[in-house]
Amino acid sequence: MASDSDLSCTGLVRRFSGHAAVDHVSLNVPAGTFFSILGPSGCGKTTLLRMLAGFDKPDQGDIYIRGQRMNDVPPNRRPVNMVFQHLALFPTMSVGDNIGYGLKRQKVPLAERRKRIAEVLEQVGLPGLEGRNPQQLSGGQRQRVALARCLVLKPTLLLLDEPLGALDLKLREQMKVELKHLQKAFGTTFVYITHDQSEAMVMSDQVAVMKDGRFDQVAPPEALYREPATPFVAGFVGDNNRISGDLVAVQGELAEIRLDDGSLVRGRIASDDLETGGRVDLFIRPESLVLAGDALNSGYSGMDACIRSTLFDGANSRVEAEGAGNNTLYARLPQDGSAPRFNENATVRLAWDPALARVFGARI
Amino acid sequence: MRNLMQQPFRTAVLVLVWGWLLFLVLAPNLLVVGASVMTRSPGTFISLPLTLDAYRQLFDPLYLEVFLHSLYMAAVTTTVCLLIGYPFAWSLSKVGKQRQVLLIFLLIVPFWTNSLVRTYALKLILATNGLLNSALMSLGWIDEPVQMLYTEGAVVIGLVYLLLPFMILPLYSVFEDLREDLLRASHDLGAGRFSTFIHVIVPMTLPGVLAGIMLVLLPAMGLFFVPDILGGSRNLLVGNVIKNQFLDARNWPFGAAASIMLTLAMAFLMFAHRLSKRRIGEDGV
Repeated sequence: MASDSDLSCTGLVRRFSGHAAVDHVSLNVPAGTFFSILGPSGCGKTTLLRMLAGFDKPDQGDIYIRGQRMNDVPPNRRPVNMVFQHLALFPTMSVGDNIGYGLKRQKVPLAERRKRIAEVLEQVGLPGLEGRNPQQLSGGQRQRVALARCLVLKPTLLLLDEPLGALDLKLREQMKVELKHLQKAFGTTFVYITHDQSEAMVMSDQVAVMKDGRFDQVAPPEALYREPATPFVAGFVGDNNRISGDLVAVQGELAEIRLDDGSLVRGRIASDDLETGGRVDLFIRPESLVLAGDALNSGYSGMDACIRSTLFDGANSRVEAEGAGNNTLYARLPQDGSAPRFNENATVRLAWDPALARVFGARI
Repeated sequence: MRNLMQQPFRTAVLVLVWGWLLFLVLAPNLLVVGASVMTRSPGTFISLPLTLDAYRQLFDPLYLEVFLHSLYMAAVTTTVCLLIGYPFAWSLSKVGKQRQVLLIFLLIVPFWTNSLVRTYALKLILATNGLLNSALMSLGWIDEPVQMLYTEGAVVIGLVYLLLPFMILPLYSVFEDLREDLLRASHDLGAGRFSTFIHVIVPMTLPGVLAGIMLVLLPAMGLFFVPDILGGSRNLLVGNVIKNQFLDARNWPFGAAASIMLTLAMAFLMFAHRLSKRRIGEDGV
């Protein structure tokens, strides 16, 4: 056990009628960091969180919080608090009573309770709202009350179960930034689960991408984006184009791939299980695709593609094109005025720096 | 366009509701209020002059005792219903959806049989040589039949039997709304089971408890046929007094005054229920 880690799990397994919802997950969260577990619904992240909170017990493996084994400690005795997906504020209590609920259970005297409630409300930017009903608050305010209700107890670990899911888009963007700031201000270790990769990317110091009960990759957001370790991560985190073909040659770090129409493309090898002649997938991000012919000189790889449509979405505008071997590709359209206008069915050359493309063995 | 389509339907519904309220609720109640302040008359049942004699008679020690005993039996009935209904509704809300539907169905099935008939059935069970005594004797638990019929206990059993569903259904509905994550949150914030029960579950289910009390306590004082069949002459309810005044003693003003008192008690309970709802703010999270 690293002494500076607030949470560490080893080989956690949780089975439901034979199916492993959480399958040998180990993790280590350093103190004061924002750790996200990102995965599609049904990947086991909620089960994992429930075990950390103590609502469920692992079938195998251990949970340590600050070096203390937690497996048999009930939720009300763990130095862990949780912000629930639907917040679970007590509707029969005022904001102040909601926040004071945990303190009261710890038998903190009234005067100190009042002081700490006022302090934490100040810190989350809701000073003086003790007397309100949670129902009278806006979605964002309720979010902050739910956070305050946990943070006032100064937990070692704060678990967050997709609490932003119920907010509308604008507010969610705002709360993302705010949550990150609050986490820094309180210095509490956050473990955040979400299926929204943007939430995970914006807020986290470390992101674990979870799939079928296992962690595919644990890395800082940027590494996850630039150096995905598995085809799943490459496809799940951020937008990506997938081009399928057969591996024909390996030249150092680069793989040469023959597409189904016979044309050749190149990309950097990302997994070590590639065999010449085997099926592979090349992943290239929409923003790494260049819509021009002049880049070809500098060792770029590329393919001809037929424009299907232009998808305008502000800074995220893209063209949809059909490339060689029936691969549908999306390429980002720079919005600085440099992008030409495309007619439907026009043929363009989509090129990329092979070092930015990642090649994995295809999953069968 | 949509408004036009809705208008005739809207009007019909409003007329129906208001008509119902006016002719079948307001008018009869006004007649009762009117009767309660008139004078008893052998030929026409009621006549002028107006008087408050009937209300004065309510405080006659003889009737006061009947009211208090009636209130006591209704209170015992309500308590028993609450003690059975609360855990029942709680576990009902916890079983799977399919079984929930089945159990609620079973709860409602008895309503399809006339309650008078069901009370007679209860009489057969409780009678001196009835089913229960025979069963207990053949098991060897008792040597001779126990007097169960025509006791206060029999009346309470009858009332509980008839009114229990009215306690369970409102409780079931509040337990249905009691989301699991609120209990988890309480547990997570450091509360044990008992604390969670007192500070989260009870306040959350209080509106259901009050609704259940309202639906049991006052009807329990009015179900006159239960003492008639199971209770003998000493275990009377307010309902018996009212029925006797109208059908046997022919003292309509007094019967009307007694029934108004019941209505006022009901109104008071409903008011208390409203207050509790407002305090709790039940528009949910």
